[in-house]
Amino acid sequence: MSEQTTAGADTPLTSTDAPPTTSTVTVEDAPLWRRILSGSVGRNMGLVLALLVLVIVGAASAPDTFLGLSNIMVILRQASIVGVISIGMTLVIIAGGIDLSVGSVLGLASVVGALAAVQDLADQTHWIVMVIVALAVGVFAGFLNGIVIAYGNVVAFMATLAMLVGARGFAEILANRRTLQVGGQREFITFMNLDILGVDMLIWIFLVVSVLGWVLLNRTTFGRRTVAIGGNREAARLAGINVKRHVMYLYAISGLCAGIAGVMILGRTTAGASVNGQLLELDAIAAVVVGGTLLIGGRGTVTGTVFGVLIFATLTNVFVQNNMSSSVQAVAKGVIIVIAVLLQQRFARPAGRTS
Amino acid sequence: MTKSFAGVRALRGVDLDVRPAEVHCILGQNGAGKSTLIKTLAGVHRPDAGEIRWDGAIVDIPDPDAGLALGIATMYQELDVVDGLTVAENIFLGHELSRGGFTRRGEAARRTRELLRRLGHGSLSPHAEVGQLSAANKQIVAMARALSHEVKLIIMDEPSAVLDSHEVQNLFGVVRELTAAGIAVVYITHRLEEIRQIGDRITVLKDGRTTATGLPVADTPTPDLIRLMTGRDVANVFPPSSPPAADAPVVLDVRDLSLRDVFEDVSFQVRAGEVVGLAGLVGSGRSEILETVYGARRATSGTVTVADRPLRRGSVVDAVAAGVGLSPEERKSQGLVLDEPIAMNVTLPSMSRFSRGGFLDFRGERAAAREQIEALELRPADPDRPARTLSGGNQQKILLARWLVHGTRVLLLDEPTRGVDVGARAEIYALIRRLAAEGNAVVVVSSEIEEVIGLADTVLVVAEGRILSTLPSSEIDEHGVLDLVMKGTAA
Repeated sequence: MSEQTTAGADTPLTSTDAPPTTSTVTVEDAPLWRRILSGSVGRNMGLVLALLVLVIVGAASAPDTFLGLSNIMVILRQASIVGVISIGMTLVIIAGGIDLSVGSVLGLASVVGALAAVQDLADQTHWIVMVIVALAVGVFAGFLNGIVIAYGNVVAFMATLAMLVGARGFAEILANRRTLQVGGQREFITFMNLDILGVDMLIWIFLVVSVLGWVLLNRTTFGRRTVAIGGNREAARLAGINVKRHVMYLYAISGLCAGIAGVMILGRTTAGASVNGQLLELDAIAAVVVGGTLLIGGRGTVTGTVFGVLIFATLTNVFVQNNMSSSVQAVAKGVIIVIAVLLQQRFARPAGRTS
Repeated sequence: MTKSFAGVRALRGVDLDVRPAEVHCILGQNGAGKSTLIKTLAGVHRPDAGEIRWDGAIVDIPDPDAGLALGIATMYQELDVVDGLTVAENIFLGHELSRGGFTRRGEAARRTRELLRRLGHGSLSPHAEVGQLSAANKQIVAMARALSHEVKLIIMDEPSAVLDSHEVQNLFGVVRELTAAGIAVVYITHRLEEIRQIGDRITVLKDGRTTATGLPVADTPTPDLIRLMTGRDVANVFPPSSPPAADAPVVLDVRDLSLRDVFEDVSFQVRAGEVVGLAGLVGSGRSEILETVYGARRATSGTVTVADRPLRRGSVVDAVAAGVGLSPEERKSQGLVLDEPIAMNVTLPSMSRFSRGGFLDFRGERAAAREQIEALELRPADPDRPARTLSGGNQQKILLARWLVHGTRVLLLDEPTRGVDVGARAEIYALIRRLAAEGNAVVVVSSEIEEVIGLADTVLVVAEGRILSTLPSSEIDEHGVLDLVMKGTAA
């Protein structure tokens, strides 16, 4: 159990209003089923169940296609881009922040990356230059967010809202409202569509980013500081943690994730466009919150976020399989968000409260 | 009108009777249970035992609305006015005058003017935004709100804390008018001179008990009141102090430190092995001095030097790197990440030492936490237990363990025993002494003067952001400190 001393540890969630005396029932005192429920399996139990229900509905409504390997890959591919963004968002939200700009930053990164690819010089340069440029755009935008939030003391919601609007506009100016084809970068397109062990490159990227995010959050001092800042910013500051610098890095990481997602879009659609990634920030936030991360910060898991992303991707797929309109799908999404959050709160009840 | 209780958790047997048209003062040190008492009267807390009688009948006050319905209004210390609303809107907040769902702004303004006139503040506009008002005027608004109900009793929790002396006189004028109209006032304070001016009778609280009730102000000499407030029987728990050798090096050197509008030109030195205590009332600037030394607040001028190394102003990171540790005043909101385990809270400042290449060394961390748990007899002895589930005393031990693990030269302890029961206090006192004996320069702030004197080798008396005197703890007692503070404040 030693790995569970970190973020979102195996301790029961204790709501802030619960007086200490009522939460003294420990995990050890609790019956077995409760120990399982409050362990890592239990914390994601609601998510597992929700995913299971969706899979059953999907399998029942489209029995021929839904459970096929190729359809599962479609779902995962669908999940991968928003998934990468959601990992960065998870870290930001655990630290008590929010990043509304990720969708726009993705768009900007895809446009700048595409511009780098269609320059005359591009023929002589390796496609990795384009990738690095796109990632750099993401990191730069993230740093900008972080500086304004941490050192300018601007509320994260407003600072990143400004970036949401500004980055999208900047992308439009650069792209001149055209769609920039990067199909000429054959090697890049080939690479991004590589199939390793029957799994798409996009899915591999999502997997790698998720694992890295998990390691960062659960195994490093950086992750520990992130949880501490989200749990009690003042206590973190008074313990000598450089909170402002840390917060700045967190937004840079979120920006990097948006940049990675921008590259993924380039690879998948072979085009950089200023409209790429619109409203993706909301999908990411929904996935993170449905995944059990508290919007007030201090508690959250990367695993939960991955589940959240998969739930929404599966939902979309079920609707597509049944030829239902995207409007109906949007309504269902809204309902699911509310139900999932309500369920999360129920499962997250500390053991001491109910006994 | 009689009220008596026994045994609310923070209160252990309080008797209080208030008569119509009197000013009944409640006197007590911080943590004596004053605030809990008034919250019980107002219906925020419910007594575990005992009864409240109102006009002779036993009443139950389940919530603040019920209190108001009986005619009990409360003005809390932290003025609960809404800054964004106007004076009139604040006064009728929660019981707005309306007809068919529409507010009657004209009528509200008219009645507001009437209330303000009654309080002698007719010049205040009902349409002024409360956020723009001075603290004194906000208090008038809070009082007008209390009067907008049919009240027979107004409870005022340290109303003078935010006022200057001229404004306090105004407040007294208002209080006298209220009593002239037959309204009883419960006036909570720890300023003795105010009681002399305004009070009719006094009830003294100490450690959640009444040590005296209904004493007539006129016949009770001040020394008796101080004794009733302070006479604690824990004097013997202080470990023997061992003053540092005369040639011990100065570790902490604070020179002419100022923080605008809070404190000015504070200078003191602390040698290795020495415990220096800051004694003073709430609002004297004690905690702010500590936080500024630590860099948590940015000094407007002055220097802090730790072992010949000047600290960067306003940088906690620099202070911690120089070997300074702070145990903050508000343990829960400033000290601990409550939902996280003991181990993480202990290693928070030193986690880079429990990591390799940025990766955490969980085994080493837990071993260090366990070692401290053993050494400090932290209970429960489980490094995985969330900090929230521990008692105040054990939470305090986490904060001390934190700096023991980190290794410090200077320890700043703000209210190290607030909310800690008597048994655990003795342990914490011994621990503080041990930390000093190990060569730390220790600065202790406490609102319990006896604690400062009992723990410290040297006592600095602070009032209104200035150090009034610096004395060896053997040459001053609690009365002496209070005397100095009263004189210093009056001047």
